[in-house]
Amino acid sequence: MNGRILEEQLFNALMLSATFVVVGSLLVVVGVIIIKGAPALSLTMITETSSGGYLLGGAGGILNAIIGSLYLIAGSIGIASLIGLPVAIYLNEYAGTKLTHFARLSLDVLYGIPSIVYGAFAFTLMIVLGARESLLWGIITVAMLVLPIVIRGIDEVIQTVPSKLRDASFSLGATQLETGFKVVTRQVIPGIVTTVLLALGRGIGDAASVLLTVGYSDIIPTSLNNPVATLPLAIFFQLGSPYPHAQQRAYASAIILLGLVVMFSVAARFSTARFSKFVIR
Amino acid sequence: MRISRTAKDLLARRLLRPLAILVSIGVFAIGFVLLAKSAPLLVSNSLQGLLFSQLWHPSRGEFGFYAFIVGTVEVTLLSMTFAGPICILTSVYVSEYAAKRIRDAVISMIDLLAGIPSVVIGLWGVLVVVPAVRYVASFAGYSTTGYSVLAGGVVLAIMVFPSVISVTQEVLRNVPFSMREASAGLGATKWQTVKYVVVRKSAGGILAAIILGFSRAFGETMAVLMVVGNVAKVPSSLFDPAYPLPALIANDYGEIMSIPLYDSALLFAALLLLLVVAAFTLMGRLVLIRVQRRSA
Amino acid sequence: MGLTTQEMITALSPHICVQDLNVFYGDTQVLRNVNLLIPRRQITAIIGPSGCGKSTLLRSLNRLLELTAGVKLSCKILVDEIDIMDPSVDVTAIRKKLSLIAQSPNPLPMSIRDNVAYGPRINGMQILREPNGVDGVVERCLRSTGLWDEVRDRLNGPASRLSIGQQQRLCLARALAVDPEGLLCDEPTSALDPISADRVEKLLKSLSTDYTIVWVTHTLRQARRIADNVVFLFMGHVVEQGPAESFFNSPKEATTKAYLEGAFS
Repeated sequence: MNGRILEEQLFNALMLSATFVVVGSLLVVVGVIIIKGAPALSLTMITETSSGGYLLGGAGGILNAIIGSLYLIAGSIGIASLIGLPVAIYLNEYAGTKLTHFARLSLDVLYGIPSIVYGAFAFTLMIVLGARESLLWGIITVAMLVLPIVIRGIDEVIQTVPSKLRDASFSLGATQLETGFKVVTRQVIPGIVTTVLLALGRGIGDAASVLLTVGYSDIIPTSLNNPVATLPLAIFFQLGSPYPHAQQRAYASAIILLGLVVMFSVAARFSTARFSKFVIR
Repeated sequence: MRISRTAKDLLARRLLRPLAILVSIGVFAIGFVLLAKSAPLLVSNSLQGLLFSQLWHPSRGEFGFYAFIVGTVEVTLLSMTFAGPICILTSVYVSEYAAKRIRDAVISMIDLLAGIPSVVIGLWGVLVVVPAVRYVASFAGYSTTGYSVLAGGVVLAIMVFPSVISVTQEVLRNVPFSMREASAGLGATKWQTVKYVVVRKSAGGILAAIILGFSRAFGETMAVLMVVGNVAKVPSSLFDPAYPLPALIANDYGEIMSIPLYDSALLFAALLLLLVVAAFTLMGRLVLIRVQRRSA
Repeated sequence: MGLTTQEMITALSPHICVQDLNVFYGDTQVLRNVNLLIPRRQITAIIGPSGCGKSTLLRSLNRLLELTAGVKLSCKILVDEIDIMDPSVDVTAIRKKLSLIAQSPNPLPMSIRDNVAYGPRINGMQILREPNGVDGVVERCLRSTGLWDEVRDRLNGPASRLSIGQQQRLCLARALAVDPEGLLCDEPTSALDPISADRVEKLLKSLSTDYTIVWVTHTLRQARRIADNVVFLFMGHVVEQGPAESFFNSPKEATTKAYLEGAFS
């Protein structure tokens, strides 16, 4: 009998240790970044754009990267939602099972494709079309990256809608279009908002997709055709600078990026409450 | 002009269907473009030569990807060796043992970890993991800069934790209560029920989670790039640097214009990534589907 | 027969004695002040309309109820004069003593042989150490439930492939393998087709000579067929309990009379 108690205690210890490792890695990562970055964090960083020699330790801040990232993600999420919501609704309300299954599997694969591949793909298109690095291409690339996330998130929420809700709508004479876009969508608004916010968090932090397509710049872009600075690349380039002062600012930039991601995450959590007014439980 | 409601419905159907189809074949479109662009390289080199040669001298037209492939595989395998047991143990703890408050707290933290961007983890890796590897290596008698397969494996494992845990957790939770009750009713302790019934029933799903984690790790770019050393040689130990495929693409895309066939080479690397990741994702998903079907 | 005084006292004393059982799911009280005496080696049927706590009562007898989250209970339950609710008691031993048969058959995700052998294995039972121990136990238990001839050629096949009637008999065999003193049956035939239901019912009746059986049923007709003693549970209260004959022929409480006449079910 002692054997089985000993085994249980051993695995209890292992499980707790494993959980500590996972939770610990979160705390260590965030902790180190904050500790290292806090000294270099200043108001200038978030209110000024980079000067010419910024990456070499010159004056200025990374407002260009902050605004650049926000422009980029706003555009991408806009496109991804515009395409993603109707497609998700179509798959659930209209499509036959074969297409739906194929689409879902296909989207699963798209979901798993590394962002560098999206970047390489977009880069290829850019070469073929003779385009230069720009905000527009960044938006397109990140939209591609984020589209499967949006579709899958909305798809999953729509699947939880009880069929009696649809029945009620149909029995009042509504068409499938009206049921899909007026009834089902209202029911899953919290889920849609959560999905979009999570996709925002994912897209804004991704470096590989923008590395090849968006260039970099010291100024805030004035048109879609300008190259633009992004937060992930700002961090990456500042880290690569030979000047310690610039490296310090990389850590501070990481805090800013983390801050944005956390903001989106927290907003996702609270949006559920805010948007659930009309949802049927 | 007033469009009738049924007409609107029909219009929507007509428009949305091709859109949905377009999105679904996106994978193939990407694959096709990458293949087309790799074609010049494939025409002038044998596939065997590309995959198994260690000679990487683009300026001389030598494109042997072996070192990169081995580097990618080694880092990925190492990270899964770390992540596999840790994620399974954590998932079992969280779904079977933890009190509700602890479970919610841990899950929130794992979600937060999932949201940390790759560059930030890479940054942390440079600050913490690379020096740590240097330190550990000195004990083992190796001298290394710390930018190594080991550093890449650690960083990659952390990136993979959240996805493997979330899939595993879901699979564990799906084991029906009646089965746990049956086991307990025969006098099993909690651990015995977990070991002989819950985990056994979830084995397929856990395998799928690991496969999906592997595919995620394989394509991860930034964090690994920042800590793995990026030297185009087959690593001979864990403390040696490696050069995974994603890092190659990210680092060298700038040279595309200046060296002939280099664009094809890098896009071929991207194609390889796409194929491997797609294959593993499909495998993982199909295993999951089969598991779900069997328990229905 | 020559029973010692001690053995006679044990044979005559109730096997299970429930004192002041109160069960709460969160804030809702499901069982109120339940006091029960369950005699040894007889079939005690627990009857009453659905949703009145019969399953809850059954699962508190071997402390399986503790597996469900949010359950609070207070009471004393004496099995052979020992209070099983005492924290120092080994819960797994109690569950071996009083084995539960669920309403829907719940085979474990293993082969038929492993299902039956599971109980003895995890409890480290002595019998396994004998040569042919496992096979012996498996055969004996499958024979007692009439399954042996049907499955002897596919003992290594998955238990999930059996028909539902066979699965329930497997669960019974599985329970017998741990050498229990009693079987707690939660509507054991209600999920089965009529033929299998009949088989299982006859099986349990024959087992009652060797095991104490507590049988939850929601059909009065079944209760009349099988019960030696009856406990009538209504809205979480024990309204009436006693030997079957006096219970069915001359019930004392008005509610009991109404229920027996089919006023509600």
